[in-house]
Amino acid sequence: MAADAIDPLDFLDVDRLLTDDERAIRQMVREWVADRVLPNIEAWFENAEFPREVAKELGGLGLLGMHLTGYDCAGTNAVSYGLACLELEAGDSGFRSFVSVQGSLCMFPIWKFGSEEQKKKWLPAMAAGDLVGCFGLTEPDAGSDPTRMRTSAKRDGSGWVLSGTKMWITNGGIADIAIVWAHADDGIRGFIVPTDTSGFSAKDIHRKLSLRASVTSELILDDVRLSNDHVLPGVVGMKGPLSCLSEARFGIVWGAMGAARSCFDTALGYAKDRVQWGRPIAGFQLTQEKLTDMALELNKGMLLALHLGRMKDEGRVRPQQISMGKLNNVREALKIAREARSILGASGITLEYPIIRHMNNLESVYTYEGTNEIHTLIVGEALTGLRAYE
Amino acid sequence: MVMDVVVLAKHVPDPQGTPELGEDFLLRREGVDGALDPGDEYPLEAALRITEYHGGEVTVVSMGPEPAMTAIRRALSMGAHRAVLITDPALRGADALVTARVLASAVRRQPFDLVLAGIESTDGYTGTLPMTVAELLGVPAATFARRVEVNDRIVRTERQTEEGYDVVECPLPAVVTVTAGATEPRYPTLKGIMQAKQKPVERLTAADLGLSPEELAPTQSVIAVEAAPQKAVGEIVQGDDAVTRVADFLAEAKVI
Ligand SMILES: Cc1cc2nc3c(=O)[nH]c(=O)nc-3n(C[C@H](O)[C@H](O)[C@H](O)COP(=O)(O)OP(=O)(O)OC[C@H]3O[C@@H](n4cnc5c(N)ncnc54)[C@H](O)[C@@H]3O)c2cc1C
Repeated sequence: MAADAIDPLDFLDVDRLLTDDERAIRQMVREWVADRVLPNIEAWFENAEFPREVAKELGGLGLLGMHLTGYDCAGTNAVSYGLACLELEAGDSGFRSFVSVQGSLCMFPIWKFGSEEQKKKWLPAMAAGDLVGCFGLTEPDAGSDPTRMRTSAKRDGSGWVLSGTKMWITNGGIADIAIVWAHADDGIRGFIVPTDTSGFSAKDIHRKLSLRASVTSELILDDVRLSNDHVLPGVVGMKGPLSCLSEARFGIVWGAMGAARSCFDTALGYAKDRVQWGRPIAGFQLTQEKLTDMALELNKGMLLALHLGRMKDEGRVRPQQISMGKLNNVREALKIAREARSILGASGITLEYPIIRHMNNLESVYTYEGTNEIHTLIVGEALTGLRAYE
Repeated sequence: MVMDVVVLAKHVPDPQGTPELGEDFLLRREGVDGALDPGDEYPLEAALRITEYHGGEVTVVSMGPEPAMTAIRRALSMGAHRAVLITDPALRGADALVTARVLASAVRRQPFDLVLAGIESTDGYTGTLPMTVAELLGVPAATFARRVEVNDRIVRTERQTEEGYDVVECPLPAVVTVTAGATEPRYPTLKGIMQAKQKPVERLTAADLGLSPEELAPTQSVIAVEAAPQKAVGEIVQGDDAVTRVADFLAEAKVI
């Protein structure tokens, strides 16, 4: 691209706000996605499979737990992590979900709340992708309100016994360890549960029409006995799981813009090629309004993501601010996907184009990691001082 | 046997974009997004494998304006150990011979066992540079390698041919050009990207290489550029006898 031309995919030149390292990291992930995800994703989505073997590839590139330091983690800044999420999700939300769960929901709590022995034991193998993690917070009867979870952790001599059921757990069926949150006497505690522990089982959820290239499972904990070195010593209470969610939500703020970019890019190309009434549909005013609105929200969303990223790197971002980012960027990404779908007409409903896949995926992203409604109410509470959701 | 391998690497305008010529018919290189020539990633991959196996270091040598640092950083993030960048306004418009002089002088400054290069650049397509460098260095050149191995001071290459490959061996030191049929280049890793900034990059001018203005003067200049001639419109053959007429035409053109 000539230096003076406007890039339709980066209208406001947000690119220039990135450092060389950030651009190089983004480029590397973009190339990997182009080589490894895009050629196969339609089949993976259609067959509802996640290729577990890519875990090691992602580990080899350094993408698992990349924003953590030490224990073989790459130690990048938050913006680089965000950019990696964006490029992965431009491929498919399933891949971004995998990396979010591994890095932010499983490695992060061990890194933040684990003992030195736990960190040494689990983090390097997880960073390499040799071990896959899953994060069990949600239950069949406790979704938006996880505090009312039923899973319990009872003291048993020097160890623990866990019982309960977790639902909608990403990576559940392919995981080597599960980070399970349960009610103990003193409050909610986090446990590292090897999935081969007796009493633990996982059942995959089938017939999903969203996030098909990602494994979602039910976890059953039937008197799972664990020694005391499996409890995370550093946290008691909801701030444990909530701090993980804040990390992962940050990645989603960026990731959603990746899915949106892919939809916009596809729709723009299609609109310029598709001829009706003797001229490209991109030449019609209504199409241009759609494209302009999509570009507008894409660029605003990028600026928002980058702003939150810089705040996170300065150590001053608040969870409520990340909620605002997740609320906006997933909502707008979903709108962009739907608008893009309309531009493709009938072609927009097939897997030949990435749009309906992204659109369906984004329905999950809209719901998990705090639903759109809950983030609205978190921002509402921050504005008014009044809590409306309980 | 520890190997010192040099990789010649070039920064080219974005391989996906449309290259633009300036008023002097030279490719516009300033203010244009660019990258490490994708063809140079194959020799780099070969160099990394050789040093991973035998020990030793990979030095990337590049000539180009300041933005060429992007290409050098890419090579360092893939695993090269150090780099040399020759930047000099006097080198603007350097032709293949001048470029070869500059690169050969820069290579000669350090001990080397093997110099690897791509077969041609994706912007210039001259395809003569590596052999010229070999000549200037006074070492043998083995070209079009799809495989490079080193054993007992001998480099063994598989030279890609139309039908298959020839095995070509020569003693070290040597220059070898590597094709895109060789091992797929690795991705830079996050750690590689973050460490790239700490790796040594030596910056040189033409004067540092002791090259005289005469040696730097291009021996070629572009005096005009014309668009490639449009392909003439073909003839559309229709009707019942179309097959015979097409066959006759092909026979007449001696292609069947
Ligand atoms: C594909 C997928 C993967 C997932 N992966 C994981 C995982 O790895 N680990 C994990 O722990 N969980 C995971 N989840 C679960 C996800 O976090 C929950 O689905 C989410 O928290 C919402 O819970 P729920 O589905 O029970 O909906 P509910 O909480 O029952 O909500 C239903 C609706 O009611 C609304 N609502 C609820 N309370 C209020 C209120 N106070 N005011 C206004 N509206 C309200 C919600 O916003 C929503 O629209 C995953 C979900 C999906 C779909």
